[in-house]
Amino acid sequence: MSWVGRPLPRSEDLALLRGLGLFTADAARGARRLVIVRSPVARGRVIAVKPPPGATVITASDLEGVRPIRALLHRPDYIPVDQPILAADRVTHVGEPVAAVMAPSLEEAEDIADAVELEIEAEEAIIGIGAALEEGAATVHDNVPGNVLLEGRIETPGFDDGMATARQIIEIEIRSGRQSAMPMEARGGSARIDRASGRVTLTCSVQMPHMLRTGLADVLGMREADLRVVAPDVGGGFGQKMALIPEYVLVVWAARHFGVDVAWIEDRRENMIAGFHSRDQVYRLRGGFDADARIVALEGDLCCDIGAYSCYPVTCGVEVLMAMGELPGPYDLSSYKVRSRGVTTNTCPMAPFRGVSRPVMTFAIERLMDTAAARLGISPVEIRRRNLVKEFPYRTASGVVFDAGSYVESLDAAETLIDLDAFRKRQREAHGQGRLLGVGFAVFNERSGFGTPVFAARNMGITLGFETVEMAMDPSGHVEARIGASPHGQGLKTALSQVIADELGVAPEAVRVISGDTDRTPYGWGTFASRSMVIAGGACKLAAQGLQVKMARAAARLLQADADEIILADGEARVRGGGAAVAIAEVARAVYHSSHLFKDDFENALTATATYDPAGTFSNACHAAIVEVDRDTGAVTIERFLSVEDAGRLINPMIAEGQLHGGIAQGIANALYEEVVYDRDGNILTATLADYLVPTATEIPMIEVHHLETVTDASITGAKGLGEGGAIGAPAAVINAVCDALSPLGIASYEMPTTPQRIRALIRAAEASVP
Amino acid sequence: MSDKLDITLEVNGRGYEARVEPRRSLADALREDCGLTGTHLGCEHGVCGACTVLVDGEPVRACLMFAVQAEGRAIRTVEGLADGDRLSPLQQAFHDHHGLQCGFCTPGFLMLATGILEATPDISDEALLEVLSSNICRCTGYQNIVKAVRAAREQMRG
Repeated sequence: MSWVGRPLPRSEDLALLRGLGLFTADAARGARRLVIVRSPVARGRVIAVKPPPGATVITASDLEGVRPIRALLHRPDYIPVDQPILAADRVTHVGEPVAAVMAPSLEEAEDIADAVELEIEAEEAIIGIGAALEEGAATVHDNVPGNVLLEGRIETPGFDDGMATARQIIEIEIRSGRQSAMPMEARGGSARIDRASGRVTLTCSVQMPHMLRTGLADVLGMREADLRVVAPDVGGGFGQKMALIPEYVLVVWAARHFGVDVAWIEDRRENMIAGFHSRDQVYRLRGGFDADARIVALEGDLCCDIGAYSCYPVTCGVEVLMAMGELPGPYDLSSYKVRSRGVTTNTCPMAPFRGVSRPVMTFAIERLMDTAAARLGISPVEIRRRNLVKEFPYRTASGVVFDAGSYVESLDAAETLIDLDAFRKRQREAHGQGRLLGVGFAVFNERSGFGTPVFAARNMGITLGFETVEMAMDPSGHVEARIGASPHGQGLKTALSQVIADELGVAPEAVRVISGDTDRTPYGWGTFASRSMVIAGGACKLAAQGLQVKMARAAARLLQADADEIILADGEARVRGGGAAVAIAEVARAVYHSSHLFKDDFENALTATATYDPAGTFSNACHAAIVEVDRDTGAVTIERFLSVEDAGRLINPMIAEGQLHGGIAQGIANALYEEVVYDRDGNILTATLADYLVPTATEIPMIEVHHLETVTDASITGAKGLGEGGAIGAPAAVINAVCDALSPLGIASYEMPTTPQRIRALIRAAEASVP
Repeated sequence: MSDKLDITLEVNGRGYEARVEPRRSLADALREDCGLTGTHLGCEHGVCGACTVLVDGEPVRACLMFAVQAEGRAIRTVEGLADGDRLSPLQQAFHDHHGLQCGFCTPGFLMLATGILEATPDISDEALLEVLSSNICRCTGYQNIVKAVRAAREQMRG
């Protein structure tokens, strides 16, 4: 009987449900509070920072010896920029830290922060990709002429000849508004100092504790051993909590400088204006299609607004280079030409957010497919079927290799499940009554579980990727797995315990997974890029197999059998074929307490360590949506949403479906609601949740999830990552459906979010053009 | 603003004495003065609902109420739902239906739904969805929260 594959309820729940979770703000009780004074100006010269008398206020001049944050990419087309911990001479975006106030309580610190006078000479801000790229535009950074921080290009040999064979060339321009990952728990860090040793423990809401420790030690010029980073319960991250940020540098610096415990807990307004954004991109696409509606060539000009700085450690290249390398998505295409630019502006810096560039890439290529289908007079399903990759492994025009997937199968299943013929009939009837119904599809693949081979190819200053697990069985037969990965709410510990339980023949309750503590866990890269189940899961399987070998040898000695005859199952070690058995706990106790019996066999400990560093595996899915658009208000109602998903072997289907639900909800938000809006001066007009519209239970429909299972040898557990997929496909499926609904009016949207205002503007324009 | 007031808050049937500034929110008082950190702050402007507690049986945004206003009233927080290790039917339903992921919004949803199910045990699916749209969750897409609350409703009806 296997634990893998079962919808086991989560062990994480019991504390969280009783209010006994420990989040960063809970760990900060009793500490002094740091409040950040932020720039109210997007671009300008700092003349003076005047603290009120008697207050503890940290400014740039206090931070002697502290280095700026610098994210590195070893590419000739990348220009590194320094992000100061506190702005000294210049400010580059609204919300940039200029000073930090420390006081015994939050209230006092906020009162003092209000009294700090900032004298800043404002200059014209560079807001938006268009303004940044204008001829003769001012620069955000002196060392970045033209405001292009990174420019990558790919052109396959003979591209022009390929495009020349096209019968029909479709050109579109798509835009994605700015989004915030908006985790329910904003960021925060609480630094406690051990006065005897000077060692600091930073408890903080992060996805990458080890990386943060290294980054902080580098910036502060301290020994890494003098810093412990703890990620306790983390209230969502979705990418926003991957980076080294000035605020964490400040709390650790203040704890060491003043010798006190001090915490910074971000509030929602700070999070909305300075807590990283994402997705602000504009793509121009030219797709060449032959007479059979097969795409023969694709050309892209991609611009990503990366904000004021390049985020550490992944750099702004994470959006720009992913878009460049993977734009064609799941479609078979040999002629490809692309330019991808990272453009700096006087806005909040960007960080990865669930899917990174993929939601925008998928939106672009899927809008291109629907536009081409309409122009060529074939159905959206048929054009996809003709163009999807069908043979695996498949090497893309940019050199990425797809392992086996079910691209066409997922589309076929979605078409059947949505009952397209019946829908078309209903749609025609609805049109007759003046109602606008539409259906939309999005097919995509999701690169998951990629280790150092992929990151090394990106030439990042820091090559991310492997995961290590240290495992031990104690004398009572319980297993502890210390992982470098760092979950932030997914239920990873439960899923890993299922993988380990199967290898060791114990129940998942006998497995304790330890994460997010640099004192307790091996160096690892944390959680991002749909990697944890694949990489940490793979490392857990390997370590458990190592432990299994030792257990079998010990049991063999006790049972007077050969080690290869021993199987571990149901809490017992038994001789294959119904032979003698001994409880696993008894074997474990014997190894520690009767070690003389095993002296010649192995050391007196049941421990194993394993590292897993795969090249990656692609999951895939087809999303389909049916919507109704209200012609008078522009409101969109999602009548039905389904996902046909192939993530290989599902370790815990309940958790997998939960990931899909949440990702799809964020994708629907991306399609219809959420947008960070700046005014021309660089002020954010959407700094509250009353303005930045996160959907609620009434906007998100019931989501149908259907699974396919392609077994891959690219992942030793057979699992493919799926954490981001929901967010990747949903925007394209929903907006394609909206466009299908609007097609009788001869209009279409190429912008996400497609808000009611934008739909109404399109309808008004269409009505005005009718004589 | 610094003149402090002595108050007693009755939380989950127990009295907590605190010395607070008049501007201290109920949420801050619960967390900092009573040590009940299960009540979470997600936005501090009354939109997200993570800080929802029950005051005299009514769901209230604890970030929008002053601690001094809550004196003399019966406050219930997430810490009061379970009987030791035994979860309330609603908590159990959240566990069974995977109604939480990161768990940050969960206390607010639990208190919101506890309030509504106690006050209106026969609430319709439609009205329930409307009530649940008071709060924001970023992880679950709401599906499993809705399923969990409906399951608890059926069970509490007996």
